[in-house]
Amino acid sequence: MRKEIENLQNEIIRISGVNPRKCMRCGKCSGTCPAYDEMEYHPHQFVSMVESGDIEPLLNSKSLYQCLTCFACVDRCPRGVEPAKLIEAVRLAAVRKQGQNHMTANDIPEKLDEDIPQQALVSALRKYSK
Amino acid sequence: MQRIGVFVCWCGSNIAGTVDVQAVSEALKNEPGVVFSTNYQYMCSQAGQELIINSVKEHNLTGIVVCSCSPRMHEATFRKTAAAAGINPYMVEIANIREQCSWIHKDMEIGTEKAIILGKAAIAKVNLNAPLTPGESPVTKRALVIGGGIAGIQTALDIAEAGFPVDIVETKPTIGGKMAQIDKTFPTLDCAACILTPKMVDVAQNDKIRIFSYSEVEDVKGFVGNFDVKIKKKARYVKEDICTGCGVCTEKCPMKKVPNEFNLGMDNRRAIYIPFAQAVPKVATIDPNACNMLKSGKCGLCAKVCTAGAIDYTQKDEIIEEKYGAIVAATGFNPISMDKFDEYAYNQSKDVITSLEFERLTNAAGPTAGKLLRPSDGKHPHKIVFVQCVGSRCESCAEKGKEYCSKICCMYTAKHAMLTRDKYPDTEVYVFYIDVRTPGKAFDEFYRRAVEEYNVHYIKGMVGKISPEGDKLMVRGSDLLNNKQLTIDADLVVLAAAIEPDKSARPLATMLTASMDTNDFFTEAHPKLRPVESPTAGVFLSGACQGPKDIPETVSQASAAAAKVIGLLAKDKLTGNPCVAQANELMCNGCSSCEKVCPYGAITYVDKEFRMPNRTTAIRRVASVNPAVCQGCGACTVACPSGAMDLNGFLNKQIIAEVDAICK
Amino acid sequence: MQVNGEYKPLIVAFCCNWCSYAGADLAGTNRSNYPDNVKIIKVPCSCRVNPMFILRAFQRGADGVILCGCHPGDCHYTSGNYYTRRRMALLFSMLNFLGIEKERTRVEWVSAAEGAKFAATMNEFTEAVAKLGENKRLEDLRCKR
Repeated sequence: MRKEIENLQNEIIRISGVNPRKCMRCGKCSGTCPAYDEMEYHPHQFVSMVESGDIEPLLNSKSLYQCLTCFACVDRCPRGVEPAKLIEAVRLAAVRKQGQNHMTANDIPEKLDEDIPQQALVSALRKYSK
Repeated sequence: MQRIGVFVCWCGSNIAGTVDVQAVSEALKNEPGVVFSTNYQYMCSQAGQELIINSVKEHNLTGIVVCSCSPRMHEATFRKTAAAAGINPYMVEIANIREQCSWIHKDMEIGTEKAIILGKAAIAKVNLNAPLTPGESPVTKRALVIGGGIAGIQTALDIAEAGFPVDIVETKPTIGGKMAQIDKTFPTLDCAACILTPKMVDVAQNDKIRIFSYSEVEDVKGFVGNFDVKIKKKARYVKEDICTGCGVCTEKCPMKKVPNEFNLGMDNRRAIYIPFAQAVPKVATIDPNACNMLKSGKCGLCAKVCTAGAIDYTQKDEIIEEKYGAIVAATGFNPISMDKFDEYAYNQSKDVITSLEFERLTNAAGPTAGKLLRPSDGKHPHKIVFVQCVGSRCESCAEKGKEYCSKICCMYTAKHAMLTRDKYPDTEVYVFYIDVRTPGKAFDEFYRRAVEEYNVHYIKGMVGKISPEGDKLMVRGSDLLNNKQLTIDADLVVLAAAIEPDKSARPLATMLTASMDTNDFFTEAHPKLRPVESPTAGVFLSGACQGPKDIPETVSQASAAAAKVIGLLAKDKLTGNPCVAQANELMCNGCSSCEKVCPYGAITYVDKEFRMPNRTTAIRRVASVNPAVCQGCGACTVACPSGAMDLNGFLNKQIIAEVDAICK
Repeated sequence: MQVNGEYKPLIVAFCCNWCSYAGADLAGTNRSNYPDNVKIIKVPCSCRVNPMFILRAFQRGADGVILCGCHPGDCHYTSGNYYTRRRMALLFSMLNFLGIEKERTRVEWVSAAEGAKFAATMNEFTEAVAKLGENKRLEDLRCKR
């Protein structure tokens, strides 16, 4: 169990490139977050919960999808922790946990459609491939 | 052939923990020249030093290798030990097996192996050491203090007290520094001016102290005991010795709209001005960028009203040259610029101010005569938000903030909050904090009083955004303990800006060849044991130029620096460094390469008569090094094409021997 | 250099007394690890380092030589590190010709406050030298004992 949590934690840290240990608990991310009131878990909580390995509640929380990814927290964090990237990584972890990592680069040509923006394809690949 | 003794120190477990000291002393026993090798728990202790002295006598040693901590730590100690044992102190070499070996390696085998190699290199060097005798140089019994804030003032007063003449150089028209701008001091709440101005007067009245105000250090040459300094006295267009400081000119000057830097631009002064009422020297200064007479030759009103006849529009910058024995850097600090912190709206609203500006707003001599009024509309603010750590502990963006903690903000914010609540009980005060750091005598009690007695609302969290809306400032921040996001409609926001060393410190450090850290604070010679000395001999540090400090700490460091200066000036002669360059006259071809690279001008060329074959003589031009001026950098030794120039203590053959020992 | 039949790079570091040697001490005080391959020789100033010393080290089997001094403008002797910079630029430009890969040498500025930088520099340099392999080309010049 412990091992599992650690793996998940490392995976999230790896995907996001964020080092949650750099956080000095100032709360500027949550002070700046425009979606704060919608969220059950706030940006600073994401950072500290990932750090302590308390990730399960985050995966099941709606807060994940209420983050607007506006990057205000990334811009203002005095320690360069970048909470938004961490939240995005937890989101990806949630998607992958559901077994939705079914997409490969080879699947893309058949999905190509003039109306689909390229960005959507890129983010779909990012989301649904391992 | 030398008779070398090797002494391996355990340093308790510091070295012995990762280096097998027994194996090291055994392995070094068989090196060329070594006649004795041992190890001991603490070589630097009394017993360890006695062990060295006894071994020297017993084994008739001529050279010593100590495998221990860094030579920067105990080289001097072991040189003294050698002298006590009756051998030349420069026959000692240290192999650094602590900082550069045992502390960086975890594996015993690796550590031991490396320690042996380092020991071998030191032995190879000592084999080629020669006894050296340091020269002596005189001491100029006068000190220079750069910066006239509370640090410089205290240092100067203490040095003068001991009877040595001191000069203070201050860039502003008056001494006093930041403390003169402050209203009250924590944690006792004495009035800053009441405790500072008597000291300023003491400085003015002390016949041992000269003040060069409105002046800058232009150039520093020389070395400990013998500095040659050029000071630029900027033209103030007022004769200092004649001006009585009556202030009539400052009332009559027609140029009324010059931002007053003493009040941080919150009000205006005239083109001719005295920064504040208790200025020392109390002499007017004309701002050449604002004065009509100096810009276009039209006006001259101040000269007309000056009854003393002190105005002189033709004054020029003056260069003063003076010799000093010691130099104290006391250049102080400034709050950082808030321009890059857009989220706090400092540039959008006049009602977002820094703490130093708040200090002026509450000062009776400030722009509002001590009434706390909003800079925008002059109304009394009813809700004030203080934001701590603005730019401090900010690692992510180097050009924006500073990585370090500015140390003083927690306390002055508590002071501001408390004083506001005391004077204006109808005002709500909020303080956003990350941590409240109050180590210091009566500091935490002070902060608790602000919370418990004065009902200041401390909120654990940080402000994310401030947006001006109408005449209000909407402050959005987090309250981490209650897990809430707050929005406070404040009338005034005070930012506790990080502090940084004064901009003049960096060029000054270059002139003094004193080292600085990455934040432009001066580095001390040893962080614990020599905190007021720069690694450069004869240069001392006082106040916030060395690191963030509050007033009591600054004053204690200032007095400590003064004590060190007095210790230096009390000496009649200084023993120099004998590790100086030396030319082999027989090899010198008189090319002048060394003379050109010498940064101290220590090398001159002399014509000398040499005996030639067949009983003839010839006069040849050869290099000659003045050992009192040479600092021993060794630039000349590399420049010399014939290899005639060598550096005592770091001879070519010694360094090569070290290289060979390492590469064996 | 071969140690027990295995290649282990040998690195000689010349450090000026005022900045880099103090920086190395700080790395030790902070317990910042760097490889034991690095052996430090103290010189008063980086400008004391004669290019000859560097060549001597390579001749005797060093695999890398690094020269550390104060940052430009911060030299304790005012201008020593500027001399170093020029001299080494010249020396390095000739190294390939002499049969030594240029990458085996480096000049780095490390101040007394940069212990972490010292350790990082040494780690990185050792790795780079390890990749280059043994300094073999000068082998013939070495005195066989």
